[in-house]
Amino acid sequence: MKILAAMSGGVDSAVATARAVDAGHDVTGVHLALSRMPGLFRSGSRGCCTVEDSLDARRAAGLLGIPFYVWDFSAQFTEAVVDDFIAEYAAGRTPNPCMRCNERIKFAALLDKAIDLGFDAVVTGHYANVTTAADGTPELHRASAWAKDQSYVLGVLTTDQLRHSMFPLGDTPSKTLVREEAERRGLSVANKPDSHDICFIPEGDTRDWLAERIPMESGDIVDTDGKVLGHHDGAQAYTVGQRKGLGIGVPSADGRPRFVLEVKSATNEVVVGMKEDLDIAEIAGERFSWAGNDPVISGITVVTDDGFDEFACEVQIRAHADPVPAIAISRGGEIVVTPNEPLNGVATGQTAVIYVGTRVLGQFTIDRTVSATALVN
Amino acid sequence: MAYFDYAATSPMHDDVIDAWTHAVHLRGNASATHRDGQKSRLMWEEGRDKIAASIGALPFDVTVTGSGTEAINLAIKGLFWGRNGTPASREIGAPLPRPRILTTEAEHHAALDAIHWLVEAEGAIVDFVRVDDTGTIDLGDLAAKLGDDVALVTTLWTNNEVGTIQPVSEIVALAEKANVPVHLDAVATLGYTPIDFAQSGLAGLSVSAHKIGGPVGVGALAMSRSWPVVPLIHGGSQQRLRSGSLDAAGVFAAGVAAERATADIAANAARLSALRDRLVTGIRATIPTAVLRGHHSNRTPGNAHVTIPGLDSVSALFLLDEAGHAASAGSACQAGVQSPSHVLRAMGVADSEGPLRFTLGLENSEAEIDALLEVLPTIVARATH
Repeated sequence: MKILAAMSGGVDSAVATARAVDAGHDVTGVHLALSRMPGLFRSGSRGCCTVEDSLDARRAAGLLGIPFYVWDFSAQFTEAVVDDFIAEYAAGRTPNPCMRCNERIKFAALLDKAIDLGFDAVVTGHYANVTTAADGTPELHRASAWAKDQSYVLGVLTTDQLRHSMFPLGDTPSKTLVREEAERRGLSVANKPDSHDICFIPEGDTRDWLAERIPMESGDIVDTDGKVLGHHDGAQAYTVGQRKGLGIGVPSADGRPRFVLEVKSATNEVVVGMKEDLDIAEIAGERFSWAGNDPVISGITVVTDDGFDEFACEVQIRAHADPVPAIAISRGGEIVVTPNEPLNGVATGQTAVIYVGTRVLGQFTIDRTVSATALVN
Repeated sequence: MAYFDYAATSPMHDDVIDAWTHAVHLRGNASATHRDGQKSRLMWEEGRDKIAASIGALPFDVTVTGSGTEAINLAIKGLFWGRNGTPASREIGAPLPRPRILTTEAEHHAALDAIHWLVEAEGAIVDFVRVDDTGTIDLGDLAAKLGDDVALVTTLWTNNEVGTIQPVSEIVALAEKANVPVHLDAVATLGYTPIDFAQSGLAGLSVSAHKIGGPVGVGALAMSRSWPVVPLIHGGSQQRLRSGSLDAAGVFAAGVAAERATADIAANAARLSALRDRLVTGIRATIPTAVLRGHHSNRTPGNAHVTIPGLDSVSALFLLDEAGHAASAGSACQAGVQSPSHVLRAMGVADSEGPLRFTLGLENSEAEIDALLEVLPTIVARATH
């Protein structure tokens, strides 16, 4: 096959590319320039958008003997990822920019361009597996080693995108083995540190970065009954589950710490409460997608008394959270998920990825949540 | 694989490679006093003589640098300091006597960024002289902007992107009247247009060896003795305006390349023009929306620069590369990222026009041009949105 390898300059994508070459594919490397004014050097744990990273990628491609190009996606990235990130925070939600990048850039803008230019698929260094269902439809699965599994951030991929995606690292049990393989292959990035911060926030300080971009207004910190407990300098600087830096003078009734339960951008209020108030009994969203066959075609649904499709699944709400057994129901254009045990610290804007066993069924953006204590009350 | 990117760098002829490998076997430092040193020195001198001859300059007026970019930096910064005095030589807080630098917005980054640095670090003022839609400098505007407070004029003799040749003698005549030194970036001129530095009235002229089949890492600045220039690089004083050990092998090879490139400019230019015209005619016949950029007659022979509305240059260059044709978009890259061309913008060309630059050399053949023309329309159609 004719393959386009997305090379960030890191060790994972370099080894994934090498494996695609070994598998006999006709591989071309491409580095995505996501900023018109890239930083010159890597700093700290950032690791994909600097000139140094693009040179690392170029060197890896050179060693593998494949053509290499840098393609400028900075305009699309700014609009689809950076501006979206700011807008979501401004609206009081907590977005995942890496997922947005996968959804709109790597497996959309880049894949479209690759297909346009005659490529069959895009290969990346993500840890996940693509298999084929009995009817030929692709399925997305967790990586063989769950510790490195990145299927959560790929949950946004659609069936058609999966058809054109390759993840050669999916069945490698550990990152150490990938580094050793890189070393063996003579790749200069074998010992390059992992990246885990948001790539477009240079100092790694999300709150300061947002404060420069979102007009912040001071407002009230209130409890669940609306009683004012303190003041804040901008509700958007708070995230659900946050405990530190609330600056509330009044202690809680039993002296236990309070947590941010909700950021209400409409009223510019930060709602705080007790840890148990963070427990979420139900999450729902209208923006969903299926990676491969949908639940009905997959044959896992039962029809409820009121005529909706319901199925047992596991739900995961963060990249590194544990999946929680749940019941999902497709109801009037909305996916509603009821976990068997309450979810902790869920913010609207987050993505819920739905699994059945190792298979990623699909995902939705959380638009609304129902608190467990609210249900009890 | 056919190569149409001579303006980026040009292949070394066997004669040049032989000269380099011959000279690189020498072991003496060209500034050493023993006979080994003397042998290296002779190689270096012979190389510089040939470089000087290729641009009509006296050898001693030619400073060999590590690149064309360094030559341009030395000319612009060196002249600026020479005209204004170094900061330490001026009274604290005293204004610069000649802060203005006249140039155009269609220059190479080597000049633009050196000037930008002077603006940021030394308080220079850059004054852009207008260029027209062919990239040709507006002489009336230049005349109006010249004055006592101008440190220097610098421009490209031949525009590296669109190939337009500037009216050099008119520029020099205007500057001479105002008693202002002129530096020309002749990196894209050497080997294509005859250069006679001594007769030109220029203060400085920069060239680069790898654009004419010489090695990368050898540039040269011819500098008139009439203008004081402050060096950039200090050390062992191996040259009047530059320190650093003399690169005997590189300069010897560059000399051979310069000699070859200028031995028969008229015949070479005629051959390149014919190839270029074949390409341009072919493009016009098959891609009606393509517009030839740059001046139609005052242009360097090997340059065919076209823009096509809606063309995604990056995709077109990828498809060309895949089909075995090396070309470029003409504009500068940072870490491989193509930026919209500041040269085209200065000429008033919209960013929606996708550029393709083919720069030809003597090794190109009519068959290669025809093979390119065979695939180009399909590639352009695929890469146009």
